[in-house]
Amino acid sequence: MSGDQQASAGRRLSRRHLLLGGAAAGIGAAGAVGINLATRARPTMVAEPLISKQTVPFYGVHQAGIETVPQSNATMIALDLFPGTDASALRRLMKILTSDAARLSQGGPALADSEPELSIVPARLTVTFGFGVGLVAAAGGTVPSWLRPLPAFEVDRLDPAWGDGDLLLQIAADDALTVAHATRMLLKDIRSFASVRWVQTGFRRSPGSVKPGTTMRNLFGQVDGTVNFVPGTPDFERLVWGAADNPGWMLGGTGFVLRRIAMDLDKWDQLDRAGREASVGRTLSNGAPLTGVQETDAPDFAAKTTSGFPVIPEFSHLRRARSENPDERILRRGYNYDDAPTGTSVSNSGLLFASFQADVDAQFVPIQRRIDALDLLNVWVTPIGSAVFAIPPGCAAGGYIGDTLF
Amino acid sequence: MTLSTAPRLVIVAALALLALSGCAAPAATTDSPAPAAAAPEAESLTIADPWIKSAEMGMSAAFATLKNESDTDITVVSAESSAATTIELHETVEDDSGAMVMQQIEGGFIVPANGTYELAPGANHLMLRGLTAPLVAGVDSTFTLTLSDGSTVDFTAPAKDYSGANESYEETAQ
Repeated sequence: MSGDQQASAGRRLSRRHLLLGGAAAGIGAAGAVGINLATRARPTMVAEPLISKQTVPFYGVHQAGIETVPQSNATMIALDLFPGTDASALRRLMKILTSDAARLSQGGPALADSEPELSIVPARLTVTFGFGVGLVAAAGGTVPSWLRPLPAFEVDRLDPAWGDGDLLLQIAADDALTVAHATRMLLKDIRSFASVRWVQTGFRRSPGSVKPGTTMRNLFGQVDGTVNFVPGTPDFERLVWGAADNPGWMLGGTGFVLRRIAMDLDKWDQLDRAGREASVGRTLSNGAPLTGVQETDAPDFAAKTTSGFPVIPEFSHLRRARSENPDERILRRGYNYDDAPTGTSVSNSGLLFASFQADVDAQFVPIQRRIDALDLLNVWVTPIGSAVFAIPPGCAAGGYIGDTLF
Repeated sequence: MTLSTAPRLVIVAALALLALSGCAAPAATTDSPAPAAAAPEAESLTIADPWIKSAEMGMSAAFATLKNESDTDITVVSAESSAATTIELHETVEDDSGAMVMQQIEGGFIVPANGTYELAPGANHLMLRGLTAPLVAGVDSTFTLTLSDGSTVDFTAPAKDYSGANESYEETAQ
């Protein structure tokens, strides 16, 4: 701290000396400007604000929490609207929710916050709202063609307790207490409009524990989510925010799929390291394809072993999830879950597989069909929950999420 | 010579100002030019974070932070709203038995110069009697505060579900 202050005082002194000295020596304006720029560049060494104080803008064309680098903690909540909740009631609800989500995301208390001291750590808090088919219908809006339960898959063992819902909240931050407080404040706003259907909490590595940009690992130890869209790229714009066939109120929005995927860690224990790597087609050490060295190396599906088999097996998750059709891609933004085991099991863990895509039917469903038909990983993973939501666009300050629909 | 004396005059004036603000700030404001004194109080009063406790019927209460950006105290003497037939300015005080009770405040809400006045659950608030319609969550109501100089301040407050603020309304409903 004091060292920083001394350093910056030193910079100011030396800069002034250089400028004065330059002028006195008649070096001229160009020389002085050059020195000025050189010294000005150095303050980039100043540390970033504390993680706890970092904020993500709430208002904008798109909702936050999608392009946002995934925070460490997330809570997904689905709610069932009370019967008779119409467009007028939904407008009231979303105005309150928008206002409080915006305030909390910037490190301020919610309106009438009962624990305002818990709101002073925004830690990149984002709140993303999604609308289920029931809500869009209640509002009298046009339902996107894909906004409905996913088709049934062979591998599914769906528990209705983890499925569907009218209203979705994705609440995420780099601090679990921040998420808990935001969750409570927003649920208090909702309680006279809807009841909680399910809550799913997930986590990734804590901020600062790995280098920024590191792909997350799931509880199988696998590097999970290597190939993903980068915000601002044409792929992201087209396949996440693109909405050629979506109704007008969705412009700037996207589609959301949440699959709760149980991972049988106890059975996974029985598989040796080679088997584990073969099942997914990537190394465990750094997530490189079995034909490559680095995580981001492109897989070579044609490469054969000396005995003539593909190095990346036909049945591997990497091979099955990869489509030849470049439109069949999604933005993955998943989280691990690790709940209390029951009975003789020592784990109750898995993945909140969360994905964003402009058209669920055209992008998500074909991938899942391929995995459903053949994917060795299915031996250890089982989808037990499934929900689809439309993510409306963001809003301007003074507006509210959903103001294009109601 | 005139060039060199000018900066010194400025410094002397600045020191004088510092001395005034350091030990006699209110006195300095009385010397300030007439326009500030003539400005309606309403121009200096802002309302932050207003809200009403939702209620189906009967009574409720409204809360906000009142901020006075002028150098003189501002007094709120009365309030009106489309949401209720009557609005009273209430304070919460301790009675003889030690219980906190609400009562109409004598002399209105006095918002201190360059300060704030908090209307909050369990403390001072605007008491709404005779709700004109159910105050359901998210519904907006408009309010008008009248200040001691007769000027008025309007604001809009949403209703929020809130399980606190359980003041004993009945005791003072005399």
